[in-house]
Amino acid sequence: MKARIKFKKSGALRFIGHLDVMRFFQKAMRRAGIPIAFTKGYSPHMIMSFASPLGIGHSSDSEYFDIELKEAVSGREAVKRLNEVMVEGMEVVSFRQIGEEKKMTGMAIVAAAEYLTTLKKGSLPDNWKEKISEFLAQPEIRIRKQTKRSENEVDIKPLIYKLEVTENCFYMQVAAGSVQNLKPELVMEAFCRFLEVEWETVDFHHHRLEMYADVGNGSGRELKSLEDMGWEMEIETA
Amino acid sequence: MRKLALNDEILLEIEKPARYIGNEVNSVNKDASKVDVRFAICFPDVYEIGMSHLGIQILYDMFNQREDVWCERVYSPWTDLDKVMRREQIPLFALESQDPVKDFDFLGITIQYEMCYTNILQILDLSQIPVHSEERTWEHPIVIGGGPCTYNPEPLAEFFDLFYIGEGETVYDELLDLYKSCRLEGTSRETFLEKAACIEGIYVPRFYEVSYDENGLLESFTRKIQSVPEKIKKQIVMDVTSAPYPMAPVVPFIKATQDRVVLEIQRGCIRGCRFCQAGMLYRPTRERDVETLKEYARAMLKNTGHEEISLSSLSSSDYSELKELVNFLIEEFQGEGVNISLPSLRIDAFSLDVMRQVQDIKKSSLTFAPEAGSQRLRDVVNKGLTEEMILDGAGQAFEGGWSKVKLYFMLGLPTETDEDMKEIARLSDRIARRYYEIPKEERHGKCQITASSSFFVPKPFTPFQWTAMCSSEEYIRRAYVVKHEFQEQLNRKSLKYNWHDADVTILEGVFARGDRRVGKVIEEAYRLGCLYDSWTETFCNEKWIEAFQNTNIDIEFYTTRERDLDELLPWDFIDIGVSKNFLKHEWERAVQGTITPNCRLKCYGCGAAQFGGGVCYEG
Repeated sequence: MKARIKFKKSGALRFIGHLDVMRFFQKAMRRAGIPIAFTKGYSPHMIMSFASPLGIGHSSDSEYFDIELKEAVSGREAVKRLNEVMVEGMEVVSFRQIGEEKKMTGMAIVAAAEYLTTLKKGSLPDNWKEKISEFLAQPEIRIRKQTKRSENEVDIKPLIYKLEVTENCFYMQVAAGSVQNLKPELVMEAFCRFLEVEWETVDFHHHRLEMYADVGNGSGRELKSLEDMGWEMEIETA
Repeated sequence: MRKLALNDEILLEIEKPARYIGNEVNSVNKDASKVDVRFAICFPDVYEIGMSHLGIQILYDMFNQREDVWCERVYSPWTDLDKVMRREQIPLFALESQDPVKDFDFLGITIQYEMCYTNILQILDLSQIPVHSEERTWEHPIVIGGGPCTYNPEPLAEFFDLFYIGEGETVYDELLDLYKSCRLEGTSRETFLEKAACIEGIYVPRFYEVSYDENGLLESFTRKIQSVPEKIKKQIVMDVTSAPYPMAPVVPFIKATQDRVVLEIQRGCIRGCRFCQAGMLYRPTRERDVETLKEYARAMLKNTGHEEISLSSLSSSDYSELKELVNFLIEEFQGEGVNISLPSLRIDAFSLDVMRQVQDIKKSSLTFAPEAGSQRLRDVVNKGLTEEMILDGAGQAFEGGWSKVKLYFMLGLPTETDEDMKEIARLSDRIARRYYEIPKEERHGKCQITASSSFFVPKPFTPFQWTAMCSSEEYIRRAYVVKHEFQEQLNRKSLKYNWHDADVTILEGVFARGDRRVGKVIEEAYRLGCLYDSWTETFCNEKWIEAFQNTNIDIEFYTTRERDLDELLPWDFIDIGVSKNFLKHEWERAVQGTITPNCRLKCYGCGAAQFGGGVCYEG
């Protein structure tokens, strides 16, 4: 049986990297006594898979990982037990059952992510809000993208699904996952270059709002949050 | 939300920011306004090393059990943050509250090895606390040192207000209560220190003075005031089963060196190896009750969520309930995917059987620490391990499927000859031969015998405390003797030999048996930029040599000089309960190559029986 866990990450926990978050939850599973399944073999490990990693320094309302359970548990009870063994800055939001299909889990299904981005250092020109539509109206948005191996110039326009202003923040929805992935930093870098703002003089904070899977059947995107793909899990109590 | 001492920009610029943010599972937060004493406990090395230390976890838990005390942790900022803190004048802070250490009541530093001495100065310096005890006022915390290196605290005497000699579980309550009442009454800092010096086990260096003769030898060590004791008596917990033990140790976010539950099964060691300081300091051997340990294991695994549990002691095979405990751990936890790690086990039928159950034979290796290559020299150091035992153990292991062996040796032991050195290679080869005695179809390819040697450092309170060390050149020469002999061996392709750096060994030698005068070198080396000297990537011998030259201190006076048995030693004012006479006898027996059987076989009256318990009163 598979379950999907959604959690929030904030405060000091923003500085804990992806691998350490995984280690943290492995230990948390044991502390909370969640009946998680292990791989077979000499060094068994927990069957656990994390969705798209969050950059160091970012906060999030919607981080996800999927686990394999040995037996059913009450989702509500599991959330409560996990939150009893969390630390400040880490909060479990939901614990839901998901489909058994292999391709439904973890990283494989992530298609988009939503961010709220705020300026925390430096300044933008007064008319930055108006400039957004002009920025998006460009035929291409080319920027140098650094990968592990190389650096090349790419057009990120098709990967920006939404870029809007909400109060004094940027709201964006961008491609995420293993096929195509766009970091919010890169969007802001492209926008700052468009505004002719020196990239080194500004700094942004990115807060992940949600992660989505694409459930459309080929004819256009149809995004559904990873949480909504699961359903409440209850067990009969005697 | 908790505040952080470092801003986002700094945290994103440095390596592993998780070292500095606190907030880990089981870390303790209290309301600072509701406690009387704020205690910062420090391990002067990087977070991942410091967090692996059991002693700190014990004291952290013990202090925080008191409602009037809030104990927080401090580790050395790594070199990247060190630069930022100096540049931006950020005072060193404790992890829990993120408040500056300089505002605490106490700063307690555990001193585990000599090569952390410059890191101690970094801690004081970054905390903006004067490095010399004499310059501190009530505006600064009381700086306490503890741990094994305090059995010769003299090189650090000027930097500490007081030293706690012995195991931490005994007189800290008394010290904290005294502090509270002194602060309440408004007594002077000096008066507080004077009263503290009267607590058994507490050494306040400023109340003692030393003089040297014309040859530079220590001539006298005397009290400046009569109210303080002449000798400092080591503190020790006799009932280790009832001593405080942390049921919920702090779980780091990043992987610490020791990322597991640690069960301390006993203190002390019955073996009496003559080079081993711990074996003398922690006498008598005291065991924890096995049923209590089982409960601890269960609670600690539950509270931390660790996926591994390890036993800790100087010689686990000597724990009388080892089988009972190990079988329990395997039965109870192995099914839950908990690894069981068993260091310091003697290789015999039982340990091989256990190892077969808990580890992957193909990946794991067997470890022997013969310490010396020849039987003669093993007798000198009283390492009760014979060649027959080694070859038998290795043979059984090879037949059981193992093919990797690690061997640990020391070079530069007293009375060592070239012949003894060469025996290291020959013994390694004989182990390999034992492997190739197994029919070809039954073995798994080649065997791998890896021998490593470190250089011997004589330590205070051991039978070798008077002996001369070698020079750096001589150590290297010896390593080459061994290396060349390895090339002569039949199975040389299955053998590997490596040795440690000799420069660090020389410095360890100076500080292990140094006196008050060498404190200046530490200060000068720190001023020249020495830091993290136990890390090869940061150790800089040239700066140390410069520091010795600038302070006019002769390295050889402390290292290659043979001390007279009647010489007044800098640490003679400490009473560890093992008599100097016993150490002298042991030295004489060493020179004759006479072994001394372990405490369980026969008592040689070392003096530790005065503590009234432990192995001295078994049966």
